Amino acid sequence: MAEAALTRTSVDNPYAPQPGLRGVAADFASDQKAFKNVSWGKAMMWIFLLSDTFVFSCFLIAYMTARMSTTVPWPNPSEVFALTIGGTSLPLILIAIMTFVLISSSGTMAMAVNFGYRRDRKKTAILMLVTALLGATFVGMQAFEWTKLIHEGVRPWGNPWGAAQFGSSFFMITGFHGTHVTFGVIFLLITARKVWRGDFDTGQQGFFTSRRGRYEAVEIMGLYWHFVDLVWVFIFAFFYLW
Amino acid sequence: MADASAHATGHAQGQQHPIRLYLVVWGWLFVLSTFSYLVDYFHLQGGLRYSLILLFMMLKAGLIVAVFMHMAWERLALVYAILVPVAAVLVFVAIMVLESDYTLLSRMTFFLPGA
Repeated sequence: MAEAALTRTSVDNPYAPQPGLRGVAADFASDQKAFKNVSWGKAMMWIFLLSDTFVFSCFLIAYMTARMSTTVPWPNPSEVFALTIGGTSLPLILIAIMTFVLISSSGTMAMAVNFGYRRDRKKTAILMLVTALLGATFVGMQAFEWTKLIHEGVRPWGNPWGAAQFGSSFFMITGFHGTHVTFGVIFLLITARKVWRGDFDTGQQGFFTSRRGRYEAVEIMGLYWHFVDLVWVFIFAFFYLW
Repeated sequence: MADASAHATGHAQGQQHPIRLYLVVWGWLFVLSTFSYLVDYFHLQGGLRYSLILLFMMLKAGLIVAVFMHMAWERLALVYAILVPVAAVLVFVAIMVLESDYTLLSRMTFFLPGA
């Protein structure tokens, strides 16, 4: 649909971006910038996320290899991560709550991006703060989960229930993901402060790059945050449910 | 196609879509997460379990990338530049599946007590 607007002028302007596969070839062969209507900041965030995809893929593949090649039974995650609430043992309940918390934070982030482009400073900042709060809740629950498992004797080199690689895979994968969430929360707070102060309306220069920020910064921040949620979808499926 | 022109004009100043769309996707992500949790809760086993886990995972990932990350509205050049390299991961998975089968076989042949 956006393509229609871009191609409207193609009669008067032979360099106007084209749709479809022809457009892909033309964009990459154009001897200018390949990503026509995407700023360098957004393109770089996407490329960073692609590299991060490979990092997490390597962790998950290492976990798959360990689990497939061990002769010792793998601990049952459904039982390992069960919690007893009110006398009944619920399988994976904490992980399920963590999933809902992270999905909700993605929802508020998506709306923050939307309000950012509508120049609604207050709503954008509040939604980003809610996102950061949900992210911090997620990290808190993860810390609780780590503590519980360490008390039960899970170590990177062994655990009471089966294959030793369970602990190393668990700490590596969830630890790296939790670190991503933590950094996301920090950047959310920084960006929310800028939005609140109106830095993107007044064109104030950033403290680090001395460039004038735009509301696109909120969308780029959102890309990172949704990626963290995306990685959790795969960890939830492969590590906790499989 | 008033919707299309709204999208197209909005695109010039950045991604602009109705809030309702995000709420609907949010709702679907909740529903799909509940489904994948129920797969474990009802102790589904075997092929059914694994196919359902993968199905819900792919649907959730697709919704997040397409709508929340706005990939559905990006130009194909960016979409292909980001999504095509991910196929390399699948090749890596295939290689490591073969490798771990081989490792398991060697371990069972040479190291398993009583084998």
